[in-house]
Amino acid sequence: MIVPLGHVFLLAGIIFAMGLVCLVAHRNLIMTLIGVEVMMNAAAIAFIAAALRWQMMEGQAFVLFILAVSAAEISLGLALVVSVYRRTGSVDPDRYDILKW
Amino acid sequence: MTLYAVIFYVLAIVILVSTLLAITRRQPVHAVLYLIVAFLGTAALFFLLGAPLLAAFVVIVYAGAIMVLFLFVIMMFQRSPRELMLLSEWGPATLLGVVFLAVAAAMVFKDPGSGIVLQGAVAQPHDFGRFLFDRYWLAVEIVSILLLVALVAIIQLSKTRGAGGAAEQRGIISNGVKEGRQ
Repeated sequence: MIVPLGHVFLLAGIIFAMGLVCLVAHRNLIMTLIGVEVMMNAAAIAFIAAALRWQMMEGQAFVLFILAVSAAEISLGLALVVSVYRRTGSVDPDRYDILKW
Repeated sequence: MTLYAVIFYVLAIVILVSTLLAITRRQPVHAVLYLIVAFLGTAALFFLLGAPLLAAFVVIVYAGAIMVLFLFVIMMFQRSPRELMLLSEWGPATLLGVVFLAVAAAMVFKDPGSGIVLQGAVAQPHDFGRFLFDRYWLAVEIVSILLLVALVAIIQLSKTRGAGGAAEQRGIISNGVKEGRQ
């Protein structure tokens, strides 16, 4: 007997909303990636709670794939940030105005 | 309220506070350090909810590998850019988050199944691994290919600059940006 399912889902929802705010509000690509990471974390918590609710291991298997996808996405995203920083000298997305004329 | 419930709420508070501190920092280094606390709390939550193997993976992959990667990348930047916390940016974002949260909470608590109390159960690592490679071996292989593709892409991205990539050789992009900055 742990807690009602809704409380775990609410926790995941709050974390997801905080990640969303971080993703939208910051003007720094590193903080944007951190927001994506927080959102992935919230999704993993919801999957684990669902796996425990229905006593099926599929949810946990999905969390394993979320972990792998998140690792690939973050490493590729950081490589892109470094590459674009070398080209422009800034991590502020507003400064990427090469195509503007 | 059982002991497990108390542990759950304490962990939830730790995760929420450290995530909130992480997303409001102006220095990315501080945000990453707070995020490590949040991920360790998440790992403990996974352990509580009956997934010990995934708890170990979260500690190793998230709190260990990915956060160290973040720290290394932040160290590669010469100076950390100072951000202004403008209300014109944070106001709409917070409003969006609150609206999303209200809708999500209404959906969760409207469902009668949300009041069902979770029964404790543990997926032993042995059983979980057997289940995974029994039924989802193809997905595991696909994920390994995904990681390989990411590896190749990262090597290609970091190689372009050092070997003098096409855009760099033509001098279009870098020169244009330098002139634009001056």
